[in-house]
Amino acid sequence: MSEKVLTANHLLSGEVVFLGEGELWSPHIQDAVIAQSTQEVDLLETVGQQSVKSQLVVEPYLIDVVRVHGVTEPLRFRERIRTAGPTTRTDLGKQSEAQIEEPA
Amino acid sequence: MYRYDEFDRQVVDERVAQFREQVDRRLAGRLTEEEFKPLRLMNGLYLQLHAYMLRIAIPYGTLSSDQMRRLADIGDKYDKGYGHFTTRQNIQFNWPKLEDVPAILGELAEVEMHAIQTSGNCIRNVTSDPWAGVAADEIEDPRPTAELIRQWSTFHPEFSFLPRKFKIAVTGSPNDRAAVKVHDIGLRMIRNDVGIPGYEVIVGGGQGRTPFVGVVLRPFLPTSDLLAYLEAIMRVYNLHGRRDNKYKARIKILVHEEGIDKIRDEIEAEFSGAGGLEVEPDVEEMSRIANYFASPVYEELPDKSAVLDAFEAQNPEFAKWARVNVAEHKKLGYAIANISLKPIGEAPGDATSDQMRAVAKLADQYSLSEIRVTHTQNLVLANVKKDDLHVLWEGLVAAKLADANLGLVTDIIACPGLDFCALATARSIPIAQAISNRFSNGERQSKIGELSIKISGCINACGHHHVGHIGILGLEKRGEEFYQISLGGDATEDAAIGEIVGKGFAHEEVADAVETIVDAYLAQRVDDEKFIETYRRLGAKPFKEALYAAN
Repeated sequence: MSEKVLTANHLLSGEVVFLGEGELWSPHIQDAVIAQSTQEVDLLETVGQQSVKSQLVVEPYLIDVVRVHGVTEPLRFRERIRTAGPTTRTDLGKQSEAQIEEPA
Repeated sequence: MYRYDEFDRQVVDERVAQFREQVDRRLAGRLTEEEFKPLRLMNGLYLQLHAYMLRIAIPYGTLSSDQMRRLADIGDKYDKGYGHFTTRQNIQFNWPKLEDVPAILGELAEVEMHAIQTSGNCIRNVTSDPWAGVAADEIEDPRPTAELIRQWSTFHPEFSFLPRKFKIAVTGSPNDRAAVKVHDIGLRMIRNDVGIPGYEVIVGGGQGRTPFVGVVLRPFLPTSDLLAYLEAIMRVYNLHGRRDNKYKARIKILVHEEGIDKIRDEIEAEFSGAGGLEVEPDVEEMSRIANYFASPVYEELPDKSAVLDAFEAQNPEFAKWARVNVAEHKKLGYAIANISLKPIGEAPGDATSDQMRAVAKLADQYSLSEIRVTHTQNLVLANVKKDDLHVLWEGLVAAKLADANLGLVTDIIACPGLDFCALATARSIPIAQAISNRFSNGERQSKIGELSIKISGCINACGHHHVGHIGILGLEKRGEEFYQISLGGDATEDAAIGEIVGKGFAHEEVADAVETIVDAYLAQRVDDEKFIETYRRLGAKPFKEALYAAN
């Protein structure tokens, strides 16, 4: 099974967020809890649904990730753009905060 | 331009208040996302790849300078200092926060704007010719018709939950600048043999995953019958349009599957009274609408402007812009100035808030305080004295909006693509930028001449790739972007769906492929033949040979 993290959008701001430790949502994928088993995936999804019910986030879903030299990266190109920001405007999105590598 | 009456104002104000309350209920947990989603979509608020996206209606692409300034202010105050003008003559903001949207809608309402019916399975913003009312080739001004349809369709109770979204376009000119043949309903304003004004009604056009050129439903419909006839079409569609499969739900599929003759029979039966249709617009209201679009009081000017001639002689850059971006006006001494939102290497259709303010100021100074948005993602100042063209151009140069590329190879339509859109399968904007950079040389662009490149980042075809002379469709295969190229599409009165030329190209190969196509055209063209004319004469064969010669 590929490693997975749970992502969603913050209800109020719409910002892309990732489920981290302590059931807290972070704007940075590096803070995400990585699920490596079916049980861990189920747990992420359960917390995700609770967060939807409590008006924290919307539309949670799992994405496949890989860890390269300790850095968590989405596998799909779409999710790499979503995690960083538009490839055409590096001044926008999370990449503008210079905390996350641009997608290749 | 049209101004709200008390009913328009009340409707929009009430809608803002409703949405504010709906957002409050959502944030308080009294509405689930499932319940809230259709409500936010009815107010133009999508959830996109990075954030919420707010799509704001610009009815038939017409804006006042005050409205443009308000959009600029919203861009600065609530977004990231820019907006994106779309292929449906609307504007989108890509980064608003949900909690701010009621305030944004409130500020829009103050300048008679809204986001109603910019999403959902309803009749969407009516689009039209951006040169309406001023084009030298115009038979009738389409704006009163577009406004009448806007009023009729807004919150129409019978047509608020259609099988799928529904798009209507109107043109008043034989040269179609509104792409009416690729809309659910296209209306061409014509006169019959005895000079009575009316419409040719075209139905069943559209793009998306199953593109069709619309077919003539009624060769001539008297003006007074318009709403009753539209209502008959909508009723037949609403009854028979497929709700079981969203990919087969548009009227184009109904027309294609049932045949135009059967559909026509049903619509005519509905129209002739079987459905009890009595939808005649109020004469006073029609007159009120028409007055808003009455021709402004123009100065009597000579056709030739000595000022313009002198500046053209002095300044080759200005002369080029005047030659490429300026169109003939119906009134002597005036011109239509087209503002390209396709600066070399930039995202098609984007404008910064400062640029919006600059255009608003120039509209105040030189074009009766009015701006048009085109479906090709450009802007228009429709009433400029020829004497003022040079000083206008200087203002555009200062705002970095003076690219002289209207209708040329770098005047590219592109949807937001995978850089912004949650539905996209590949990026569009970087492809447009690569092609724009490749053909940045102005002389080369002029040599190539009229050529439309249109790029979509998925099969939904928001970038109109099916009707591009060169159409580019971005897809994903095994995790990689690839791009299908089609040739011979056309959005005008000679509308045609492009033909896929062969196997796709990788992201980094697309600009090369386009250059190969253009070179093949230049090698084959006869005299001043346009790209589309060469394609129609020769077909796809020489282009395929050039593209796939190595294989």
